[in-house]
Amino acid sequence: MAISFAVTIWLIVLATIYLFSGQMGWFPPQVSEHGGAIDDQFFYTLIVVGVAFTLAQVVLGYYVWRYRSSAHKEVTYTHGNTKLEVIATVVTAVVFVTLAIMGQKVWAQLHLQGIPEGAVKVEVTAQQFAWNIRYPGADGRFGRTIPQLINDQLNPVGVDPKDPASEDDIVTLNRMAIPVNRDVQITLRSKDVTHSFFVPALRFKQDTTPGMAISSHFKALKIGEYEIACAELCGIQHYKMRGFLMVKSSEDFEGWLKEMSEY
Amino acid sequence: MGSSLVSSKEGDQASYYSNEGGVTQSRKRNSRIGMWLALASISMMFTGFTSAYILGRGTNNLWQPINPPNYLWINTLVLLASSLTVELGRRATKASELKYWITVTCLLGITFLAGQLWTWNLLVNQGIYLAGNPHSSFFYLLTGVHGLHLFGGILALLYLTVRSWLFSSTLTQENTVLSTTALYWHFMDGLWIYLLILLFFWR
Amino acid sequence: MSDSGNPEVHAEPTTFLRKWIFSVDHKIIGIQYYFLALIAVFIGLGLSVLMRLRLAWPNESWPLLEKIFPIGFDGGPMTPEFYLALMTMHGTIMVFFVLTTAPQGGFGNYFLPIQIGAHDMAFPVLNMLSFWVTFVSLGVMVAAFFVVGGAPISGWTAYAPLSALGEVAGPGLGAGQNLWIISIALFCLASLLGALNFITTVLNMRAKGMTLMKMPLTVWTWFTTAILALLSFPVLLAGGILLLLDRLGGTSFFIPGGLVVSDTIIEHSGGSPILWQHLFWFFGHPEVYIAILPGMGVASQLLSTFARKPIFGYRAMVVAIFAIGLLGFFVWGHHMFISGLSPLSALIFSVITLTIGVPSAIKTFNWLGTLWGGKIRFTTAMLYAIGFVSLFVSGGITGLFLGQTSIDVQLHDTYFPVAHFHMIMGVAALFGIFGGTYYWFPKMFGRMLNEWWGKFHFWITFIGVNAIFIPMHLMGIMGGLRRYAQSTEFKFLEPLQPYQEFVSIAAFITAAAQVIFLVNLFWSMFKGKKTSENPWESTTLEWTIPSPPPHDNFAGKIPVVHHGPYEYGVPGSPRDFVMQTDPPIDKNK
Repeated sequence: MAISFAVTIWLIVLATIYLFSGQMGWFPPQVSEHGGAIDDQFFYTLIVVGVAFTLAQVVLGYYVWRYRSSAHKEVTYTHGNTKLEVIATVVTAVVFVTLAIMGQKVWAQLHLQGIPEGAVKVEVTAQQFAWNIRYPGADGRFGRTIPQLINDQLNPVGVDPKDPASEDDIVTLNRMAIPVNRDVQITLRSKDVTHSFFVPALRFKQDTTPGMAISSHFKALKIGEYEIACAELCGIQHYKMRGFLMVKSSEDFEGWLKEMSEY
Repeated sequence: MGSSLVSSKEGDQASYYSNEGGVTQSRKRNSRIGMWLALASISMMFTGFTSAYILGRGTNNLWQPINPPNYLWINTLVLLASSLTVELGRRATKASELKYWITVTCLLGITFLAGQLWTWNLLVNQGIYLAGNPHSSFFYLLTGVHGLHLFGGILALLYLTVRSWLFSSTLTQENTVLSTTALYWHFMDGLWIYLLILLFFWR
Repeated sequence: MSDSGNPEVHAEPTTFLRKWIFSVDHKIIGIQYYFLALIAVFIGLGLSVLMRLRLAWPNESWPLLEKIFPIGFDGGPMTPEFYLALMTMHGTIMVFFVLTTAPQGGFGNYFLPIQIGAHDMAFPVLNMLSFWVTFVSLGVMVAAFFVVGGAPISGWTAYAPLSALGEVAGPGLGAGQNLWIISIALFCLASLLGALNFITTVLNMRAKGMTLMKMPLTVWTWFTTAILALLSFPVLLAGGILLLLDRLGGTSFFIPGGLVVSDTIIEHSGGSPILWQHLFWFFGHPEVYIAILPGMGVASQLLSTFARKPIFGYRAMVVAIFAIGLLGFFVWGHHMFISGLSPLSALIFSVITLTIGVPSAIKTFNWLGTLWGGKIRFTTAMLYAIGFVSLFVSGGITGLFLGQTSIDVQLHDTYFPVAHFHMIMGVAALFGIFGGTYYWFPKMFGRMLNEWWGKFHFWITFIGVNAIFIPMHLMGIMGGLRRYAQSTEFKFLEPLQPYQEFVSIAAFITAAAQVIFLVNLFWSMFKGKKTSENPWESTTLEWTIPSPPPHDNFAGKIPVVHHGPYEYGVPGSPRDFVMQTDPPIDKNK
């Protein structure tokens, strides 16, 4: 029994290490400015977690085998070791808190710094079950929206035609283009329930909470087409709220905007 | 076998539990602890409501504080008076005194609840309902939940009142139900004051 | 009235109704809770099997299931709304009616009074009420399946506005959601009554000599869990009342203005969806510690008993239990990092979250320390205790990823947290229940569970749960999103499908193996080998009384405690264990 238990635990450890080695699948390749920092933080944490996990499980398996009653007849009667406890507590606390603080830098960059100048502005209004993307157009200002004007077919975001700023607003459905290597300021809203705007390749995820307009920013570094998925349960078609983020060169982006504005 | 249980001596009840006092004291202490714990959990529920209130007040641009109907202040005095009377009842040395104070408390309590319903009626006549205005929503919610809890207290008071009239010799100062009900009642009173301050002095 | 000086003894009931149905005896109530949880776990398990069926083969038709659930399998394959309803109810039933019920309501009720030397709980009638309200609560919850529209689809977390808007936002969100809320409200009330009982009993009804620091760790965990329940469930109740008012009373606590659902304008305004998340998770986080702490207590008890050694660092264990409980109240924001919470508060929540890892790590060291230098007896109960430690490490350690805000950005709402919490709650906590069952069954029923079948059940389950949930972490890393009725609609999710199939097959095998446990349980109740007072040679008070115990627990005698709870392998003592009630060892010999 003892040896089977120990071996089972060790095999589980080996399988887990293999699973987390990247050979069986991993994060989609990241293409954003802050994505690298997130992946790095994951990697450092993986080392710490990997070491702690392996150590604990290996020791567990070893003790289970070594101290089986058939082999170890004399019990070491002890109520513990305060010094060991203190050392273990301090070491663990230092490691964990260091990890916690290390990871905050990228968080601060994403959320606590201001939006860079000259960022491309885009607004995403999520709904059951699609992404409405809006660009402010040449005037750089988003027109006012009025819920009463919302019509899923004709005016999904409820843009108020009476507001002069909305004349050049461009609204698309499920397709969002951004220029490569430029800051993008994204404002996230929702028409009905809470959704969550997630682009795995960008390492970007933000809930769209009704009643709030949440602002964030990112910068994509590689041209390509990436999928947008919803990451907060929003109803029966939550699993197929599929959007496309197209990262284009600056010229292609301007061209695309021009094409879209003609609708 | 090897297990040794000290067998009891007749009447050796006081030494059973690790704390002093024997059966009745133990039961009384149980009730007191239990009541404090219940009050802690009721407080947590109102803490939840309070945080909803604070967040709502902060973010809600439809917040329109309502004016408390004047009757509310009279009703508050009724409740405060009932706290006084329940305390007098708890400290009464004669059974007849106790009977008197408990009955008065019970009547005051019922008056308060009726008064709450009356206040609601006054508001509805002014067109202020549960829905529509966040502040009025909280008013109905908080007074309603408070009233519900108070009703529980009134049931206990009714029990004590009936007992004091029918079995006056058995209901003494020592009675556990009496002291725990009094504790609960004071808490309801204090909670009411807190809700008034939250609703009308900090809005 | 009492001839033996026993306080608090209520007369032994005679009628069937008072003895078995409306019993105020904590032992009967404990068994009632346990069986309630048993029914709930098999319902929850069935729901998960159906869920896994769809995830692995989303477009397959299942004619047999279509006959049983015509609405859920309309036209062949399972509908997405049925999947979401199954998922919502699976989570709700498992978290509330299994994990919050069996360890605390079941074992806690049965053994807390005995382990501290009391005759019953402080408030036996309230105890009975708590059980029956829980029972009604489960009934109301299950009823949600049978109303028009079916069970709700908003997840066990019931986020507003999805849960607040009614049928316009999706099926099941009408009557089904109302019943869900009412059931949860009833459950809150029952829990609060139970918590009152546990805390008062520990504070006031310990036998002579049973100081706080001589209490078994199981009692410490039941005690702390009760405090957590007392302070967190009322907040859920508050939230539930507000949600019900939004749905039925026209209020707008959680519903902001300007909402348009499927071109329908919603006439509410002014509320905040985030408020629901705050209220829910303020409860929700302590809740998960409520689910795991008793399992930790059982693990400590079993590891010590079967390694024949005192628990390593008893005092540190007590401090760790409290630290986990206390810190658990300050981390709820880590479920809301990207909800629109202020980034600064997210940061603070994150740092506190990682510090909770410290007491958990200490407990793990101490469990290893308990095994070190021991003389391990591999009973089924011990296998589960060791399995608990292994699963707690696997499941808990991934919290280090999720507690960090930046990493959580990528992993939030993927299969990674699903794997994390299943490993800790759905498996480690479950192993605590299994271990407790194999350990205490002899005391409760006077018979032994079959050890051979128990070990067989253990092996399939232990390997099975690892096979199910470790790959699931990878699925989350690959981007697999949770609460998706299927993972086939996105290109980046395509690599996930083989994993979905593997996990489902592992799940079916593991689920099937649970029947072994069920059969063992019921067969042994009637035909199991009869047992003595102390088959495990264990030290705590429940092993000083007959199996099963008499009505008043101690048969008229009053226990007096002289020793700590885990005195195994004491040098110089005649046996390799010293019971808590053994006479004091003369140190001068």
